[in-house]
Amino acid sequence: MIPAAFDYESPASVDEALAVIAGAGDREVKVLAGGQSLIPVLRLRMNAPDLVVDLGRIAELRGVRDDGDAIAIGAMTTHDDVTREPLIRQHALLLSLAAQTVADPQVRHRGTFGGSLAHADPAADMPAPALALGAEFVIAGPSGRRTVGASDFFTDLFTTAIGEGELLVEVRVPKHTGWGAHYEKFNHVAHTWSIVGVAAAVRVEGGTIAEAKVGLTNMGLVPIRATAVEQALVGQPATADAIRAAAQNADQGTNPMSDASADEDYRRHLAKVLTGRAVLAAVG
Amino acid sequence: MTAVDETTGAKEFGQSRRRKEDARLITGRTKWTDNIVLPGMAHLAMVRSPVASGTIASIDVADAKTSPGVLGVWTGADLDAEQGDLPCAWAVTPDMKHPRRPAVAAGRVKFAGEIVAVIAARSAAEARDAADKVLVDYDDLPVVLDMNEAIKEGTPLVHEELGTNVNATWIFDSGEAGTGGNVDEAIAAAHADPDSLVIERTFRQQRLVPAFMEPRSTVVDPTGEQLTVWSATQVPHIARFLLAVVLGISESKVRFIAPDVGGGFGGKIHLSPEEVATVLIARKLGKPVKYTETRSESIQSAHHGRDQIQKITLAAKKDGTVTGLKVDLLADMGAYLGLVTPGVPILGAFMYNAIYKIPAYQFKCVNVFTKKVLTDAYRGAGRPEATFAIERMMDTLANELGVDPLALREKNWIKHEEFPFTSVCGLTYDSGNYEAATSRAVELFDYEGLRREQAERRARKDPIQLGIGISTFTEMCGLAPSRVLGSLNYGAGGWEYSAIRMLPTGKVEVLTGASAHGQGHETAFSQIVADQLGVPFEDVEILHGDTQITHKGLDTYGSRSLVVGGIAIVKAAEKVIEKAKPIAAHLLEANVADIEFDSGKFSVAGTDKGVTIQEVALATFAAHNYPEGIEPSIDADATFDPENFSYPHGTHLCATEIDTETGKVTIRKYVCVDDIGTVVNPLIAEGQVHGGLAQGIAQALWEEARHDESGTLTTATFVDYTLPTAADMPFFTTDMTETASTSNPLGVKGVGEAGTIASTPAVINAVVDALRPWGIDDIQMPTTAQRVWKAIQGKEFDASVGAKDTRDGSHEAAPGNGAPLWSGNESGGAQ
Ligand SMILES: Cc1cc2nc3c(=O)[nH]c(=O)nc-3n(C[C@H](O)[C@H](O)[C@H](O)COP(=O)(O)OP(=O)(O)OC[C@H]3O[C@@H](n4cnc5c(N)ncnc54)[C@H](O)[C@@H]3O)c2cc1C
Repeated sequence: MIPAAFDYESPASVDEALAVIAGAGDREVKVLAGGQSLIPVLRLRMNAPDLVVDLGRIAELRGVRDDGDAIAIGAMTTHDDVTREPLIRQHALLLSLAAQTVADPQVRHRGTFGGSLAHADPAADMPAPALALGAEFVIAGPSGRRTVGASDFFTDLFTTAIGEGELLVEVRVPKHTGWGAHYEKFNHVAHTWSIVGVAAAVRVEGGTIAEAKVGLTNMGLVPIRATAVEQALVGQPATADAIRAAAQNADQGTNPMSDASADEDYRRHLAKVLTGRAVLAAVG
Repeated sequence: MTAVDETTGAKEFGQSRRRKEDARLITGRTKWTDNIVLPGMAHLAMVRSPVASGTIASIDVADAKTSPGVLGVWTGADLDAEQGDLPCAWAVTPDMKHPRRPAVAAGRVKFAGEIVAVIAARSAAEARDAADKVLVDYDDLPVVLDMNEAIKEGTPLVHEELGTNVNATWIFDSGEAGTGGNVDEAIAAAHADPDSLVIERTFRQQRLVPAFMEPRSTVVDPTGEQLTVWSATQVPHIARFLLAVVLGISESKVRFIAPDVGGGFGGKIHLSPEEVATVLIARKLGKPVKYTETRSESIQSAHHGRDQIQKITLAAKKDGTVTGLKVDLLADMGAYLGLVTPGVPILGAFMYNAIYKIPAYQFKCVNVFTKKVLTDAYRGAGRPEATFAIERMMDTLANELGVDPLALREKNWIKHEEFPFTSVCGLTYDSGNYEAATSRAVELFDYEGLRREQAERRARKDPIQLGIGISTFTEMCGLAPSRVLGSLNYGAGGWEYSAIRMLPTGKVEVLTGASAHGQGHETAFSQIVADQLGVPFEDVEILHGDTQITHKGLDTYGSRSLVVGGIAIVKAAEKVIEKAKPIAAHLLEANVADIEFDSGKFSVAGTDKGVTIQEVALATFAAHNYPEGIEPSIDADATFDPENFSYPHGTHLCATEIDTETGKVTIRKYVCVDDIGTVVNPLIAEGQVHGGLAQGIAQALWEEARHDESGTLTTATFVDYTLPTAADMPFFTTDMTETASTSNPLGVKGVGEAGTIASTPAVINAVVDALRPWGIDDIQMPTTAQRVWKAIQGKEFDASVGAKDTRDGSHEAAPGNGAPLWSGNESGGAQ
C-alpha cells in the first residue's frame, strides 16, 4: 500500500522466473525473497521497481541437500530453517549459529539465506560465516548456471557477483563436520544488525588448533576473511592466551566505517575482542 | 480470583484480575482508528519538508493534481486563511513568546518533517503517489539546533517576529515564595564553611521519541449534523474544545471519538496539525477522509520528549545534610509550542527536592526555541528529569563524602512520622514511608552481598565490573487540583467527570472522562464500581472516549485516571446509592433513615428485609411504584476536583555489569519497591511498573533522537531509533508497600509514570558506580557500549576507589572511609 505501485509475478520455477525477468525488457525488476530487506526499502520509497518477481512459490529453491563433500542450501531457505536443519547443524554449524542471531523470530521466519547473501548488507550476519566457510554461490541466468567462489561473490557495498537478469539459486557450503563454531554478534539492542560480528570455525586436534576460519561482519564494505588471525591461530594451543594473542590481528586488512552506531577505532577494537571470544567459544 | 469476602464487602479491590479489554486489543480485532472504513471515504497524504529551515520559494502541484485518483491538493497558502493557530494551553509567564503554529506551513518551514501540502485521493496509495509529485523549492535559512547557541546574541532567530529564541524564563525561589530559605545565601554559606561543600554538575536529558505502538490516525466524517472526528488521541475532550476554538466551529457541532487507542505516553496529548488538516479537507470535500501517518512520519513530526540541559548546584554539610539546591535549566521547545510544551519543565520544578528536606531551593528554567520538531509531554513529563538530577546529585554527594549513598539519602529524607510534610516548594506530601520501601528493596536486592561482590571485582580488576545504582524517588501525579493549575496559569482545570447509568436489568454503564489508551481502565474501574455498588464485575461496562457519550472530561495523562477519574466514579456511585435509598425504602415500606446499603443490598436496619440494587433499578425503570416528589431515576453523575496531588514513591535499586573490554552495560539485577498507596489491581499496577521501567531504562541505555547539522532527524526509523524489546530487559523484581494516600477516599496514588521516573537515574547511578575506579563521575545518556568504552580509555584503574574489601567480615563495603552501610532499619537507620 505504501510502496509505489508495481506489477507482481510469482513464477513457480527458476526457469519461469528467469523468463519473466528476461521478458521484462526495459522495466526495472526486483526479485522478492523474504522481503525483510526489500519491503522496507519499497515502503520508504527508496526504490520503486516496475515489476516485483516473487520467488516464494518456487519449491526447488527451498531446502538443504547433501552434495557429497558439501551441503547445498537453497536460496529461499529461511533463516529459521538454517538454524534448525540437521544437515546444516552437522556440517556447517557456524551458519546455524549465525542465523540464530538475525533479528527476531518473525524476521527469521520470513527472511531467507539467499536473500541475505544477495542483499549483501555489510551489517548482515550471514555473509561473513558463508565467506569464512568458503561457500560457493550457484547463480542461474538466461545462459545457464555458473558458480562463483566466496571471495569473488561480495564485490561492494550491497553488490554481489549476481548479474542483471540472474538469480542466486543455491549456496554450496563445504562440509566442516566436527568443527567447532561460534558467531559472536555485538549490537546495540537485541533486534538490530551487528555493529561488528565475528564468525569463527576451528578444528582442534589434540589441544592444538589445526585449522581456523574467521569471517568479519561490518568491518568494511564487504564481509572480510581475517586471514592474519587464521594464520596466527594454526598450530597454536587452544588456550585463551594463545587465542587472544592471535585475535590481536583481527583488524588487519579491514576498512571499517564510522557511522551512527560506532566509530572506526571502536570497531577495530571490537573486532579484536570479539574475535578472541568467538574463537575461544568455537574451540569449546 | 473473584471470591467474595463476605465480611468486608471488598470483593474486587486488590484482586489481580486479567484485563477484560485485552482480548480485543491484543488481537487487533477492534476499532483502531485506521480500521475504520466509511462509505466514499477519501485518503490523505502529507507532503513534508525535508529541510529544517527555509522559505518555500516555489511549490508546484500541477503534476500531483492530475495524478490518478487525486481529489485535491492544498498548500499552506491555500489553507492559511482558515487553518487558524494550533494552541498552546500553558502560558507559563505573562510575557511568554508564542509563535503562530499553522497546521500546514505557509511560506516558511521551521523543522524537517513539517507539512507543506496535503493531498486527498481515492486511496491512500494514490495520495502517496501524488505526494511524490509535488515539487517544492526551498531557499535554505540557517538552522538553529543547539540551545546554548540559540540563546546567544546574534544567533539567527527561529521566529523572527518574536525577536528572541527564548520562549520564557520561569523561576521558583523558595526564599521569595516564603516556603524556604534563599539558595544563593545557602550556597555562599557552604562555600565559606570548611565543614560544608558545594557540588555543581551539568546533566543532559537527551531527546526521546514517545514511540507509541499505534501510529496516529484520524478519520473525519463531515456529513452529519455534528462533524465527527475519530482519532488516535489521549485527549478527545480537550481536542474537541481546541478544534472548535481553532477553527471557529461551535463546540456542539463537533463530536470527538477516541476509539481504542494503542498507546500514547504523552505523545498523543494534542490537537495535531494532521487532525486539523484532515478536518479542513473533509469539510472541503464534503465526504469522510482518513489520514494515517507512517512510522517515519510519526518519529519525525509527532512531538518528542525531554531535551534539557540541567545545571545543578547542591550545597551540603560534610555530615551529609543538604542545605541548598539550585537548578538552572535550558529546555528545548523545538520550533513550536504544543499543548503543554513550555510547562513540561515546570511540571518538574516542584520535584527536584524530591523526598528530601532541603531548606533552600531555586529553580530557573529558560525555554528555548530551536529548529527541531517540538517537544511536549512524554511519560513523566518534567518529573523524570527532576528525579534524574537529584538522584544523580545524591550519589555524587555520597561519593564526595565517602558515605553510603543509601545512608546519605536517609539522612535527608522525610521521616515517616513527619507526614503530612510541606516541601520547600510548598507542596503538601500527604503520606509516605520511605523507610519501609527502602528496607524492603534492600532486602530483595541483597544490597550488602552485591556491594561485597563489587569490592571483590574491583580488587581483582575483573574485566566485568559491577555498579550499584539507587533511586529513591517520589513524584507528584494525579493532575491536578484545578486551583493549583490556575495558579500556574494553565489553561484548564484538573477535575474529572463520571456518570453511572443503572440499566433496567441491573447492569451498570459507567461513563468516564478519563479516556484510556492501553492502561486497563475498563478493568480497574469495573472493579471499583463492582465494590461500590455491590454488583458483579461482569455487569459493569465502562464507556469512554466519545464526547457524545461522556460529554465532558479531561482525559488521560499525568497518572490521573485512577486518582482523579476513579474517585469521580466513587462519588457518582455514592450518589446512585443515595438516590436509590428512598426508592428502596418505599419498596420495603420503611423509613429512609432506617435503610442501610451493603454489598449491593438495601436493607432495613435490624431486620432481614431487603431489596437488591438490581431490583431497585428495575422498579425505578418501571416507575410504577416510587415515592412522591422524586424523579424516577437512580442515575447519577459527579465531577471530582482533587484537593492535592498524589505522591507515589519508591526505592529502585539497580546493579549493572560493565564489560570493560567492550563497554557494554548489562543490567544484572533490578529491584523496585513502589508505594502507590492502596492497589486496585496488582497485576495492572505491576504491568504499569514494568512498562515504565522499560522506558526509563531505555533512556539510560539505548534511546536518543539525533539530528545531523542540517537539522535532519537521523533516527527516523526503528532501525536507527533503537527501542529495546523484551529481549533486552532484565527480569524485574517488583514489590509494593502500601501507604494509603490520605487525600482521596480510596487511598490510591498514581502509578502510570512511576517506573519511567524512577528508573533512569538508578541505571545511570549504577553505571557511574561501576566506572568510579577510573575516576569517572558522570557519563552521558544513552550509555552505549562505545561511549562507556571510550570513557575508560587512557584512564588509570584505581581499585581503592569506592567499595573496600570485605573478606574480613567487617562489611566495610561502603564507599570511602569505612562509613557504615545503610542500616536497613525501618526507622532511624544510619547515623
Ligand atoms: C527488523 C529487521 C531486523 C533485521 N535484523 C537483521 C540482523 O540482525 N541481521 C541480519 O543479517 N539481517 C537482519 N535483517 C535482514 C533480514 O535478515 C533479511 O531477511 C535479509 O537481509 C534479506 O533476506 P530476504 O529473504 O528478506 O530478502 P529480500 O528482502 O526479499 O531481498 C533482499 C534483496 O536481495 C535480492 N534477492 C533476494 N533473493 C535473491 C535471489 N535469490 N537472487 C537474486 N537476488 C535476490 C532482492 O532483490 C533484494 O534486492 C533484519 C530485517 C528486519 C526487517
